[in-house]
Amino acid sequence: MLRKLLIMGLMLFAAPAMAEVRIDITQGNVKPLPVAIADFQGAKGNEGQLGLDISRVIAADLERSGLFKPIDKRAFIQSAESLAVQPRFGDWRQINAQALVQGRVEVQPDGRLRTEFRLWDVYAEQQMIGQAYFTSPTNWRRVAHIVADAIYKRLTGEDGYFDTQIVYVAESGPMTRRVKRLAIMDQDGENHKFLTDGSDLVVTPRFAPNLREITYLSFYRNTPRVYILNIDTGRREVVGDFPGMTYAPRFSSDGNKVIMSVSVDGNSEIYEMDLRTRRSQRLTDHPSIDTSPSYSPDGSQITFNSDRGGTQQLYVMNSDGSNARRISFGDGRYGTPVWSPRGDLIAFTKMKGGTFYIGVMRPDGSGERLLTEGYLVEAPTWAPNGRVLMFFRQSQTRGKAGSDSFKLYSIDLTGYNERQVVTPMDASDPAWSPLIP
Amino acid sequence: MKLRVLSLFAALAILTACETAPTTTGSDAGKGTQVKQAAPGSKEDFIANVGDRVFFDYDKSDLRADAKAQLDKQVEWLKKYPNAKALVEGHCDERGTREYNFGLGERRAKSVVEYLKAKGVAAARVRMVSYGKERPAVLGSNDASWAQNRRGVTVVE
Repeated sequence: MLRKLLIMGLMLFAAPAMAEVRIDITQGNVKPLPVAIADFQGAKGNEGQLGLDISRVIAADLERSGLFKPIDKRAFIQSAESLAVQPRFGDWRQINAQALVQGRVEVQPDGRLRTEFRLWDVYAEQQMIGQAYFTSPTNWRRVAHIVADAIYKRLTGEDGYFDTQIVYVAESGPMTRRVKRLAIMDQDGENHKFLTDGSDLVVTPRFAPNLREITYLSFYRNTPRVYILNIDTGRREVVGDFPGMTYAPRFSSDGNKVIMSVSVDGNSEIYEMDLRTRRSQRLTDHPSIDTSPSYSPDGSQITFNSDRGGTQQLYVMNSDGSNARRISFGDGRYGTPVWSPRGDLIAFTKMKGGTFYIGVMRPDGSGERLLTEGYLVEAPTWAPNGRVLMFFRQSQTRGKAGSDSFKLYSIDLTGYNERQVVTPMDASDPAWSPLIP
Repeated sequence: MKLRVLSLFAALAILTACETAPTTTGSDAGKGTQVKQAAPGSKEDFIANVGDRVFFDYDKSDLRADAKAQLDKQVEWLKKYPNAKALVEGHCDERGTREYNFGLGERRAKSVVEYLKAKGVAAARVRMVSYGKERPAVLGSNDASWAQNRRGVTVVE
């Protein structure tokens, strides 16, 4: 679907400015930047409604990041119509806007939607970016996310993550006979779609970098195997031909390989499968549980989970399997290591004293930080900019057996801005996509 | 700069599912007290008169003495009915990460299978599968429930 929707962008104007408005997102507890997002203007047909919708999605994206505080439109002094001619910066300073976003939508004679926006530094009275995008009108949500990403990047210096999707496991039914289905949605919960019908138990979906394929574990015919599902064709295929269970799959960042656990006579080892040659290679050889492998972004290293030291801990090895070394040394057990797309950190689940935590540490094991905790929190996944994590949280009505709920949450790398990601039913095992190509 | 200080924390509305669920399992309940007349050599006979499951300690896959005693009874039955085949399921409690638990469940299933084989059950008669923490036998977030869920179940096929 997304593939067909070509989005063309063009630069209207970009001025480098000094002492400009900017958010430093490396510190915790950032004060959200007040930003005024005016309704995008449209003249004919449904252009006005599209403009309103696009503005609303941009504002929601920026607000959810925790870094921006969209100002209530009712406080605006200058009208959107007047703003379209020329901003009166004094009017915007008066309502404490630091940045101002305006835009216009227009359906072209060829049917394409032209969306133009400008970002202003209200105090410097300068345009920070101006861009226009051409796409099909049905694709307006993506345009809004792309605009929000452009604003995020211009004001933080970091890439955005709004033009992304989430694949996860939608859960229903009693715990002893849980029904699990793969589901996909935009990062903001829109365009929700089920990918499997629930007849087979499925867990741990992960995106290929092109977003067209998903690798996951299915208990099809009660035989746990790693599969790859093509989202466009619905076709699915088993990865590799192994006699035992295969599980815990992940793509390499170039999409050419899948790394996973293979049970060899009841013992889990890590294997790499080259999807072009269909050749597999065993990377670990140890009578321990070796699982949850995740490549470094450059593919040179692999972090994984092993109990070879006695309990479940985090390890890093070279991508040929050599030089495996333990990196987690804190109290407790560690699982689900996932390498950040920036390469600088490894996110994990930690279990200690009956509590579960989501945390991060550097690939050498230093700098461990715990971001959130609960009865059960598990399975962190990184936004493509390596600044935000998503995970799932299991909670229970006090002591009531069978009342468990499973919900997705996102949290900033600083440990702030934890928020539920709303899903139609219970949810687990989220995987965040790269930016949509 | 006149940045307004606003709380970064959103109110976390933790919605609780309202489903009503039985407190014991349906799918693989094996205590078999309701079984009326189990034909000798049947799956029901095995569940009712032998006992289909053994239990493990937290994050462990070695067989406890009570587990070995239980498996001895299974061996006896399997020798009495040499045409019966079995699938051994390895299960975990919910207090671990999903992927590690697949490995742990596999290891538990293997402990059971290896014991049965060592006592003379032909390797071709037993297969194994790990369900990790996907299929708890009982609900509840307490030690008693978790102990029931850390199990190896011999399913006669």
